[in-house]
Amino acid sequence: MRFLLRRLGFYLIAFWACITLNFFLPRLMPGDPVSRMFAQVQTQMRPDQIAALRQLFGLTNKPLWQQYLDYIGNIFRGNMGISLSRFPTPVSSVISSEIGWTLLLGATSLIIAVVLGNLLGIIAAWRRGKFLDSVFPPLLVFVGSFPYFWLAMAALYLFGIVLGWFPLNHAFTDGVEPSFSFSYVADVANHLVLPALTIVLVSIGGWMLGMRNTMIATTAEDYITMARAKGLRSGRIMFHYAARNAMLPSITAFGMSLGFVVGGALLTETVFAYPGIGYQLLNSVQALDYPLTQGIFLTITTAVLAANFLVDIIYVRLDPRVRVS
Amino acid sequence: MSTILQGGPHAGPRAASNPVLSIKDLRVSYTTGLGTVNAVDGVSLDIGAGEIFGLAGESGCGKSTIANAVMRLLQAPAKITAGSIDLNQCNVLTLSDEELRRTRWRDMSMVFQSAMNAMNPVMTIGEQIMDVFTTHEKMPKKEARERAAHLLSLVDIKADRLKSYPHQLSGGMRQRVVIAIALALNPSLLIMDEPTTALDVVVQRDIMAQIKELQQSLGFSVLFITHDISLMVELSHRMAVMYAGRLVEVAPSNVLLDDPLHPYTTALMNAFPPLSGPRTELLGLPDAPPTSAGRPSGCSFHPRCPLAMDACRIQDPVLRPAAENHDAACLLVPEFVVPPERLAQ
Repeated sequence: MRFLLRRLGFYLIAFWACITLNFFLPRLMPGDPVSRMFAQVQTQMRPDQIAALRQLFGLTNKPLWQQYLDYIGNIFRGNMGISLSRFPTPVSSVISSEIGWTLLLGATSLIIAVVLGNLLGIIAAWRRGKFLDSVFPPLLVFVGSFPYFWLAMAALYLFGIVLGWFPLNHAFTDGVEPSFSFSYVADVANHLVLPALTIVLVSIGGWMLGMRNTMIATTAEDYITMARAKGLRSGRIMFHYAARNAMLPSITAFGMSLGFVVGGALLTETVFAYPGIGYQLLNSVQALDYPLTQGIFLTITTAVLAANFLVDIIYVRLDPRVRVS
Repeated sequence: MSTILQGGPHAGPRAASNPVLSIKDLRVSYTTGLGTVNAVDGVSLDIGAGEIFGLAGESGCGKSTIANAVMRLLQAPAKITAGSIDLNQCNVLTLSDEELRRTRWRDMSMVFQSAMNAMNPVMTIGEQIMDVFTTHEKMPKKEARERAAHLLSLVDIKADRLKSYPHQLSGGMRQRVVIAIALALNPSLLIMDEPTTALDVVVQRDIMAQIKELQQSLGFSVLFITHDISLMVELSHRMAVMYAGRLVEVAPSNVLLDDPLHPYTTALMNAFPPLSGPRTELLGLPDAPPTSAGRPSGCSFHPRCPLAMDACRIQDPVLRPAAENHDAACLLVPEFVVPPERLAQ
């Protein structure tokens, strides 16, 4: 428990450091969004019009420390300002309208890749040199080293256009009203298959190889020999003795990836015209939409920290040795 | 040393009539890129019921290979090329995987060298004892927990330690837990592969005393492996000294201690300080035992032997009777001939 509280303290400090950086970075840049947006039309605008816009965007001439306090207060009230590119939608609404899709796509594909990849890795290491071990790692590394967009477009062409098994774009059929009906869920799932499948395909090899290698190192441990000497069944040794120890590094990697899921999958979203944070982030950067960019960065930061904390909690449950340190 | 087990039913005959473990002409080789090494080169030995049999020798002489061969834990590149291993008159080497799994721990168990590494760090002590019962005896969890608590009490550990993880125990406690796990199913043979090398001398003695006590009350046989010959002499009834994959001397422990015949045994004994008695200078043994480079011609010990003769370079001595109950493989030791009147009996 003390370990977790210490970790929590650490994450709170990291979070504070992040929002502070997030506050200062844009302010270190010369000019402000309004002057930039209206750089071309500035001559045709009266200063009081510009002042009004500034007011609207919350760009005030208050002292920096007061701006900082306002900023922190706003964040804790969930107010991340107003998006400039999608004016006058608040940043929080832009993010919340997209984050659901990002989480659905990212979490689904990550969990499938992790579970399946680790399972394959466990079995491959256990039957080292046998069929699964000699065929899958090179095959998955081969597939994984295709440029992602190429693989995604190939999948789209084959399964979407030629075979017509899956829809070509969007998260659900246009015009369908979102509801909790079976048909809507099925429609969403159907739209999810290709984007998720392509992500799984490129990432699963890494998970499998990582797990396989740790697992092979683990099977050389004395406690595995002792478990064999004890006459335990192969399945129990494989999962309770070997995999249970070998999965620890995988859990750390999973936590890191889980945090970054929130950042969206830009290429996937682009190829499959799938809604998500990645595309919004790209948009906001191109449109110099600082509030939105900042809001998304803040969301990603929070998610990474939260995911790491989650992994700490899981780790404490999985590895008793962490509890004492 | 007054603690030597004197006499006893097993100190006498060199092979018990119904041995628990009978190894015949065992050969194990390791094939590596550098060639084939015969780690165990024709070893035969019998261990009787309730007997503690010691196996001593330097690192790399093949002691642990024998232990792992008996448990059939050898993995590539090690390979048993010849011989047989009978446990309770049943050849271990021909068992199917499933038969072997059932035999392991029920009929023979093993205490591994390093107790820290022999236990799964992420499972509690209790779980690691209980899975023996739930696997081999299909015992319900509750009963298994009671049996596990009882086992720990055998080695003087409180039952509340069942919930502890290996890293929460001291080295000595861990080794005692490993011994308790090994005795879980009351096996007829317990193999101990240098069970106390990682412990300090005081803890070592405690554990040895405990093993001896348990052995006397439960009656299992022990194959005890160590390079600490003084420890072995105290614990075992009979012992063998091994050099370069072969047994070079076999005798009851007190006989071996008082009257070692093979120069290698003498050298091994001189290399360890006695716990009591006057200070004597320790005599090390020069050089290292033969390696993969191949064994020397004749007696493999001759390059390091202070008593080597010309004949030792040519003739390879075999293990043969040197006295009653005393075998040695050395050209200097005359063969013992059983008196004709004894043969007639």
